[in-house]
Amino acid sequence: MQVTSRRFKDSAHEALHDKDIQSAFSKVKGGFPVARAKSAGELPEFEDLRDQARDLKNHILENLDYYLEYFEDQVLLQGGRVHWCSSYAEAREVVLDICRDANAKTVTKGKSMITEEMALNEHLSAHGIEPIETDLGEYIIQLAHEHPSHIIAPALHKTKDQVTELFHENHGKYGFTERITDPQALVNEARSILRDKYVNADVGITGANFLIAETGSTVIVTNEGNGDLTQSLPKTHIAVSSIEKVVPTLEDASLFLRLLARSATGQEMSVYTTFSTGPKRMEDIDGPANFHVVLVDSGRSDLLGSDKQDLLRCLKCGACMNHCPVYQAVGGHTYGWVYPGPIGAALNPHMVGLEESRHLPNASTFCGRCEEVCPVRIPLPKIMRHWREQAFETQVTPKPERWGIGIWAFFAKRPKLYRLMTRVSARALKLMAGKKGVIRKLPLMKGWSSVRDFPAPEGTTFMDQWKKQQREGK
Amino acid sequence: MSAPKEKKNVALFVTCLVDLNRPSVGFAAVKLLEAAGCTIMVPEVQTCCGQIAYNSGDKESAKEIASQVIRAFQGFDYVVAPSGSCAGMVRHHYKELFEGDDTMMVAIEELAGRTYELTSFLHDICGYRPEDVRLDTTLTYHDSCSSLREMKVRDQPRALLGAVEGLEIKEAEDREACCGFGGTFCLKYSEISESMVDTKIENLLASGAGTLAAGDLGCLMNIAGRLKRRGAPMKVMHVAEILAGMGEKPGLGEGDS
Ligand code: SF4
Repeated sequence: MQVTSRRFKDSAHEALHDKDIQSAFSKVKGGFPVARAKSAGELPEFEDLRDQARDLKNHILENLDYYLEYFEDQVLLQGGRVHWCSSYAEAREVVLDICRDANAKTVTKGKSMITEEMALNEHLSAHGIEPIETDLGEYIIQLAHEHPSHIIAPALHKTKDQVTELFHENHGKYGFTERITDPQALVNEARSILRDKYVNADVGITGANFLIAETGSTVIVTNEGNGDLTQSLPKTHIAVSSIEKVVPTLEDASLFLRLLARSATGQEMSVYTTFSTGPKRMEDIDGPANFHVVLVDSGRSDLLGSDKQDLLRCLKCGACMNHCPVYQAVGGHTYGWVYPGPIGAALNPHMVGLEESRHLPNASTFCGRCEEVCPVRIPLPKIMRHWREQAFETQVTPKPERWGIGIWAFFAKRPKLYRLMTRVSARALKLMAGKKGVIRKLPLMKGWSSVRDFPAPEGTTFMDQWKKQQREGK
Repeated sequence: MSAPKEKKNVALFVTCLVDLNRPSVGFAAVKLLEAAGCTIMVPEVQTCCGQIAYNSGDKESAKEIASQVIRAFQGFDYVVAPSGSCAGMVRHHYKELFEGDDTMMVAIEELAGRTYELTSFLHDICGYRPEDVRLDTTLTYHDSCSSLREMKVRDQPRALLGAVEGLEIKEAEDREACCGFGGTFCLKYSEISESMVDTKIENLLASGAGTLAAGDLGCLMNIAGRLKRRGAPMKVMHVAEILAGMGEKPGLGEGDS
């Protein structure tokens, strides 16, 4: 997908003036976070589970090669195949080859962020294979030729009216000519169209929430059951997964499952948790004849051992964005690449380059809500700060900003000069304000004055007043 | 809590915003700390905690400023700041700044252990309760992000405010949400900051309170500045001023009279 993170400020401006986006994203805070707080509150061991999950993920990352190879062995034993891909390009080719081997004309797809990353749909389409998204949200944005604005609610930015129009424009060819507005009727219409697609698809592609080393299983969680149909009806199932999704045992997966839905939507469990272990066996009633796992690295292994390794613990639950006031204000697309919100601000610079995405880790107040709710306790603000340090060191930070900090630090490091500077500033600002008590326009601080008045200083610094008092013996 | 045997030696970390913009907060802090049985010193070489440099990625400047703070506040029983943000910087972030530097770490750990945000220090360490302080108003309290999440300050200021006679606390919706200040964030991403502070203000005004208090001047200047720009009539004070019986003085952005 085209990266537009460089435009962050312009995109934010547009989003802040778009009524639909504002109403869609401002609603987030009353929804998911409230549900999460409730369900976390109902589980006394929730905080302990978060610690355990963090520690277990750390252990996995320390031994990632071991668990991945273990996983591969088990997949092979079950009769499946594993493809190791170091880049998106490689992964796209592997998937395309499998689809060609299956003579695929259409493929159904479960929701998957990694295939979003590698722009798989575009690649398949370009080679004459039609991908059909089966998650309702993904289906909607596929019709609209857009990208997800939230990692678990991809069509969050779409209004009901927009969906009505989209379906009306696109569903005529299936015999649905009426313009419908009832949400349930819209869902039903999409469902009945997708039903045929499931049956006729040659290949089903899903992501994976977990890969289980001890059994060679891939696991997906959904609320619509679309993933099950995607992976069990077609002849071939391809599970595409990034490498950090592996967990040692089924027991371990259950630890993460207890956290995942609670953190994401406040559900105790997602409606469907589906395990796929190898292709259909003789005694199985259904299932794919071919089972492939495509493991994608694409820069992730570079994070191992770095100051940003913690990012690889991410479960893709979306809690950080649900709780992020910046995300709520500007929406998901503003971030300009696959991952929005705090996880995007911390991860995208690694994936698409710091120069391209330097605004992302900067556009945060470090309010800390994301870290407070992240089920695997990723220190997101700290990682964003590391990006800022890197940007400063490598001169990605624009000059005026660097100079500003330089000048300020020059004084802050010299208390005597600093006193003089603050003495003069306090007086000058007070004079500027006059009787009003505020300054409406601050020179050199347009960012402040464009939004707020500046409450005027009292006029004499604390340090000067204090010294005077001390001299006079109070 | 039993009466203190000896007076605590407290160094006041004035913080750069209080020093420049609202010295009365510093004097309120001194008054409260003295009433709580502390002896107050104000080390002269202090300027700022270094957070602006730290959050802007200028680690070297931040380190130099932090070293200055560490030296300035040696030898006191406690270091107290009328700000969760600056106290949080000293308590939590200096360690990150000097990660791997074992010699500095000893001094940092030691300083971190005796550095407090004002209201939590008064409440938790001094067992202080304001006496004979009266302010007839309704008040809503804004939790600054660093007070709340870094310094675990939430109930202490409310408990102290609860002892102010005539004061009625009216909690706002979504009180744990950020006000959009974020240091240089509010300058660099002013439009996003505007949206955040407006959301905050809607909730504050909806609480029906006449006065807003918080423990961090950064948030207060941001919110007060936006309230003024919008012409919304809410008085904005630092919590220390109210607790110290200075609640009648003009709020932020109201001038002298
Ligand atoms: S960073 Fe944490 S909160 Fe955000 S999506 Fe990943 S696991 Fe969830």
